[in-house]
Amino acid sequence: MTLNDIWFAAIAVLFTGYFVLEGFDFGVGALLPYLPKEERERQVMIGAIGPGWDGDEVWLIAAGGVLLAAFPEWCATLFSGFYLPLLLILLALIVRGVAFEYRGKHNGRRWRRNWDRCLFWGSVVPAFLWGVVVGNIVRGIALDEKHEFVGTFWDLLNPFALLGGLTTLALFVTHGAVFLALKTRGRIRRKAKGVAEKSGVVAAVLAIAFLTWAQAMEGSFASVLLTVVAIGAWAAGMVANFFGREGRAFLGSAAALGAATISLFAALYPDVLPSTVGSENGLDIENAASTPKTLQIMTWVAVVFLPLVLLYQSWTYWAFRRRIGVRNVPASH
Amino acid sequence: MDALDLARWQFGVTTVYHFLFVPLTIGLGVFVAGLQTAWYRTGKEHYLTLTKFFGKLFLINFAMGVVTGIVQEFQFGMNWSEYSIFVGDVFGAPLALEALLAFFLESTFLGLWIFGWDKLPKKLHLATIWAAVIGSNLSAYFILAANAWMKHPVGYEVVDGKARMTDLWAVLTNSTALAQVPHVVAGSFVVAGGFVLAVAGYRILRERNATGLIPRKKDFSDVTMPMRREVDMWRAALRGALVMTALAGAIVALTGDMSGQLLHTQQPMKLAAAEGLRHDTAGAPFSPVPGIEVPNMLSLLAAHDPNATIQGIDDIQQRLVAQFGPGDYVPNLPIVYMSFRVMIVFGMATVGLAFLGLFLTRGRGRRARPVPTWFARLCVLALPLPIAAIISGWLLSEIGRQPWTVQGELLTAASVSPGVSLTEVAISLGLFTLVYGVLAVAEAVLLIRHVKAGPDEPMPAVAPDETDRRVPTLMY
Repeated sequence: MTLNDIWFAAIAVLFTGYFVLEGFDFGVGALLPYLPKEERERQVMIGAIGPGWDGDEVWLIAAGGVLLAAFPEWCATLFSGFYLPLLLILLALIVRGVAFEYRGKHNGRRWRRNWDRCLFWGSVVPAFLWGVVVGNIVRGIALDEKHEFVGTFWDLLNPFALLGGLTTLALFVTHGAVFLALKTRGRIRRKAKGVAEKSGVVAAVLAIAFLTWAQAMEGSFASVLLTVVAIGAWAAGMVANFFGREGRAFLGSAAALGAATISLFAALYPDVLPSTVGSENGLDIENAASTPKTLQIMTWVAVVFLPLVLLYQSWTYWAFRRRIGVRNVPASH
Repeated sequence: MDALDLARWQFGVTTVYHFLFVPLTIGLGVFVAGLQTAWYRTGKEHYLTLTKFFGKLFLINFAMGVVTGIVQEFQFGMNWSEYSIFVGDVFGAPLALEALLAFFLESTFLGLWIFGWDKLPKKLHLATIWAAVIGSNLSAYFILAANAWMKHPVGYEVVDGKARMTDLWAVLTNSTALAQVPHVVAGSFVVAGGFVLAVAGYRILRERNATGLIPRKKDFSDVTMPMRREVDMWRAALRGALVMTALAGAIVALTGDMSGQLLHTQQPMKLAAAEGLRHDTAGAPFSPVPGIEVPNMLSLLAAHDPNATIQGIDDIQQRLVAQFGPGDYVPNLPIVYMSFRVMIVFGMATVGLAFLGLFLTRGRGRRARPVPTWFARLCVLALPLPIAAIISGWLLSEIGRQPWTVQGELLTAASVSPGVSLTEVAISLGLFTLVYGVLAVAEAVLLIRHVKAGPDEPMPAVAPDETDRRVPTLMY
């Protein structure tokens, strides 16, 4: 196992952490217009992800920084090639982040309604587009001999990638609903459970189609095994949700998302961005990587600090581990 | 007009916009943490009121800093892919360190602080805000070390047209970074100080208006008038900000002097452009404002020797052509010249205001002098000064580095993404400008509304279950 392998795995871990954590934040945002009947229920939903969402999003910032440090060519080609999807994701994350902080700081109907729209679109757009991006990474894009993307925006919207987008959207919505069922009480909890029952099935169908297609294109033994694990965990999580075992349901959906993400990275390995025009134009863990010196230093940093991050981030969720309901909403709001 | 021009505009617009919020986050965060510490130690109610009041302003500002920061990181790969490939091996490490060491700390613990009021034990809750602001300040160090490397690259070698790191320690202890980090961080404290001065000054004026304490004719006659508790509270906030601004201002001046000397040896073109010095000159003069010239002053400032030779623009240009081949190696002179002066004059004015205020409001206990009404007005009016100064500092620093992205190694023109079209950059520049403009209005509305409204009334009684410490306090 070389340093390049380790850092490919590190990127996979960071994106897995990001999708597992911000996945349910996106899901909650996407369900915001549908579950609550009144303002206090909306505050319960937002309060459920309130303390954690920003920390969850740092997984993306860390993934971006590590990508630049460990695989500069991958970062450069990926970000400049997926220009418009990433632009939309960034804009969505901007309005969403501000919406969390601003919606409650002024008491006006229109003010809140507009920020709620930002929360909804700011969650749905990235939930869909991350699937499109991941789909295209696995499938490969048109790269010339200098590893520059030579396709257009419309090439990125191929059927496989669009299926990927729908898959992540459905998975995240379900993941968010399962999380809400675990973290809230009262009507929101019941409605979230009901949503997860239905969307969980839709997500399962989409995910099986998408992952099977991906494995058929790029799969290895390990990645196929992980796909099976992902589907199994998802099924177990949905059964647990059906029987109202919310903790297990959330573990199931989190494990499934994690296994699915890693299975896609495993299918990609040892490529990092295949080319659809001439396989020699593609980027892999060797020709896209930094020098061993940088990778070595980064390894030490990650070994020391990533567990620490996991520790205090888990503690945040532990500190606020009880369910919240409308009776926790202060009367002044 | 090509993609390069628009990509540069986009970087300029998004960076300046991002940097409107960052200094406030860095400085105000520490100020709020300080207020909460004062409350924890003394138990005095007005410190808690101030903590929550400025804490709210801090959060309104913080959100904008965070979301506009993500753009900065992704922009390198999106618009500047050739730059990313060239520098990734060196430049990426501090960026990754920033995320792993600083951003996780900042975001996670700020979430705990926001939602942990009355839930976490008091001491632990105080620790969360300190952890968050330590994260903010740590992030400043890493990103400024990365930025310093662009101006004065160290600890690397170029192999196959890419920079390769040879010494991370050299990158992290770059002399340019060691001068720049305290300069920018202390500058951020001056900005935050100026912000608190304006807010406290406004609240003082407002309380006095409401209580008829502002006399119609003689402004200073209020010195003998009895003061209300609220005015006392804002005086405390104002005094705190005065101390912070004065101390930070001294550090800014000191490290600014260090930076000037480093420019002399590391970036002579930027120094020459800042002064508009055309030719190599022994005993070069300095003009603080156009028209006035202090002989030998630039040599004294930059080299600590009144007769030292300072290199001039035209002569450096000739030497660079001889070294790197034909090209224009001169940055935009009017902008660099003007921003240098705006930085110094406005920055000094803010720090001067702080020292004046410390003198005017001297004394403790019964002999404490109240804030003169005219000074409170001055504080409100001075709000734009430190912001203009710190933004000008960045314009000087970054535009003065042109035409290079990495001094002496990589030209800006060679850094841009070759595959990204003019249309794509135009779309993104347009959308960012639009969204940023709308958000700026929202932020300004919220800040003004909260400053006008003043501190919240104490929270109404809550349902019994609200006391369950394991439920977050609903703050959004």
